[in-house]
Amino acid sequence: MGINRRDFLKGAAGSGLLLAADASPALAFGPRTPKELPPDAVGILFDSTLCIGCNACVFRCKQANPHMALRPEFNVPIGGLKIHDTPIGLSENTLTVIKLYKHDGGHSFIKHQCMHCIDPACVSACPVTAFTKDPKTGIVKFCKRVCIGCRYCQLACPFVAIGFKWDEPFPEMVRCQLCDHLIPLGKYAACCSYCPTGAALYGRVADLRKEASRRLDLEYGEPYRFPVNHIESGRKSFRPAAKYYPNIYGDTEGGGLQVMVLAGVSPLRLGLPDLPDVSNAAVSEGVFKTIYKWFAAPIVLLGALVYLAYRNTEEYRKPKDEDD
Amino acid sequence: MECHEVDKNGKKLGGGVSRRDFLKFCAVMAASIGLPLGAGSKIAEAITDPNRPPVIWLSFSECTGCVMSLLQAHHPTLDTFLLDLISLDYTRMFMTTAGHTATALRDKSIEENKGKFILVVEGAIPTKDNGIYCKSGGRTALDILKDVGPKAAFIIALGSCTVWGGAAAAHPNPTGLKGVDKILTDKTVINLNTCPPSPYNLLSTVIHLLTFNELPALDDKGRPKFAYSRTVCNNCERVYNFRAGRFAWQFGDEGHKKGYCLFALGCKGPQTFSNCPSILFGGAGAETWCVGIGHPCCGCAEEGVGWTLPLHQLGDPLYHFPPSHFARIDEPVGMGATAAAAAVVAGSVGIAVGAGAVLAKRLGKEEKKAKELSEKEDATVAKEE
Repeated sequence: MGINRRDFLKGAAGSGLLLAADASPALAFGPRTPKELPPDAVGILFDSTLCIGCNACVFRCKQANPHMALRPEFNVPIGGLKIHDTPIGLSENTLTVIKLYKHDGGHSFIKHQCMHCIDPACVSACPVTAFTKDPKTGIVKFCKRVCIGCRYCQLACPFVAIGFKWDEPFPEMVRCQLCDHLIPLGKYAACCSYCPTGAALYGRVADLRKEASRRLDLEYGEPYRFPVNHIESGRKSFRPAAKYYPNIYGDTEGGGLQVMVLAGVSPLRLGLPDLPDVSNAAVSEGVFKTIYKWFAAPIVLLGALVYLAYRNTEEYRKPKDEDD
Repeated sequence: MECHEVDKNGKKLGGGVSRRDFLKFCAVMAASIGLPLGAGSKIAEAITDPNRPPVIWLSFSECTGCVMSLLQAHHPTLDTFLLDLISLDYTRMFMTTAGHTATALRDKSIEENKGKFILVVEGAIPTKDNGIYCKSGGRTALDILKDVGPKAAFIIALGSCTVWGGAAAAHPNPTGLKGVDKILTDKTVINLNTCPPSPYNLLSTVIHLLTFNELPALDDKGRPKFAYSRTVCNNCERVYNFRAGRFAWQFGDEGHKKGYCLFALGCKGPQTFSNCPSILFGGAGAETWCVGIGHPCCGCAEEGVGWTLPLHQLGDPLYHFPPSHFARIDEPVGMGATAAAAAVVAGSVGIAVGAGAVLAKRLGKEEKKAKELSEKEDATVAKEE
């Protein structure tokens, strides 16, 4: 080794100084500023106390997304409609699924799907911007032509809501896109437009949040007119309110979600992850944007390596002796 | 091929019914009560008994719909029922006598058959102001029921009104109508719900009483289990549409025309216990029951549903035990390899590795040997040369 202790310490101190100079103290390894909800963002309010487990959403979702959601073997037309399978979880063939939570005192249904985070981890993790967040509706969209198939998004998603078409030669990532292909046709998410009880309710996130907090304020058994399908559809279902667990899952969890859940039990018992109020994307981006600010860390690292290499090769750069 | 057969007592069977048809009827009856087919012969014996059981049929605050629905029955027809199965000693609907004569006949029969007759009650009983809102022969319904009820062997409350007030007791219920079991609290009342009641539920119950001389199995609300143990959805022909989320959203829309589930129109089938879809209504033909003809069930067989909940309010599915086809929150994961399995696998791997090592070693040796041998041979060959 051609480096002595003194030089090594000098180099180390130098790079430390450089790093310290680059990272402003307020942002040092902290989360970056969380992203804001677009004012006209759309989403879904899922009320577990209203869900009856009819699976209309699962079936209609597969019908509305035939290009991605039906395997050929299930593509059997019966009475002009296609039959559905009984999925056990989200996958490349299932964009939404109704799961059953059972315990001694009763049971509850929960709709699993892409939660359309306000600050989505998949968008942050994607190295090629195949995932984008629509600036107007807030829908997280996927572009097949850009995707390189690294599946970082699958690993990043805290809800395990992204599927990958393993059995196709040219695969793609598959997840709920809130039926954005129906929006130009004047329609909205198929799961909500066919939910008979209003358990899955579509609308502007701001309106849905107000609706959710109104429901939490209801007394147990108090009659209430629950909006059905779309919060502005005018359809109402009149029934007594159930007992709510006092939390809107998705109000703050994971930096806020556009798909929110109300339930009679803690949403964590319904298979939803316990997320901090700061999104994973903000934390990880905070760390790596600190390290990579002005590309400082790589430059410092490269500089140190070059220096080391230079020191180590000093002997070889000396003019050669006559003896050899 | 009418063959008028005569039973052991010399009585002609069923007014021109062939023996074959008669036994068929008994077997059908046995099946509809949920008895084994062998019970058919017992039923045949019971209903050809010349001592037909006396029946007193009391009518209170009602619309006569129960009797009208009974007229629709055709296996057996009402005349067979009335003339051959039972001895209907008093009813306001079918008696030729009227007034005090009829009342006298009723009282005579009750006194003669005390503790033996079947009492069929039709209509709710007003209780407000001592029940003055329904009177017959100068006596209030409340008074008649309290007098006759305790003397009966069996009491059948026919129709929703009789069971819990039904349409008559809908809010605000100005005359304080109540069901029979609220008034005769110390007697077991067989409650036959639905409005109007299915005639076959009544016939089956009566035949059960005649055959076994005891009550059919009743649930906690006093309803015979053979008819009221399942929800309307359980046997509904549209229920597969419910499970696939295919709903009629409006009367006359595409889903309604295609026969989809009527849940979204406010069908109360999920919370109403009745056998309507199994036995249909009144024998008028295939799919002739409320949901079959395209109207959501209004829950007439269930107290607290029919005439209580709004007609098009969504029903509340009662999943006492949700079906197992739903995905669970935590799908079961295997417990992994047991120690024995791991040992077996490790042993096999060890054997394979050992065998491979030995094989490799031998292979090397053999090669070496062969090489040495060939070298030697080469050397000898070279020497010889």
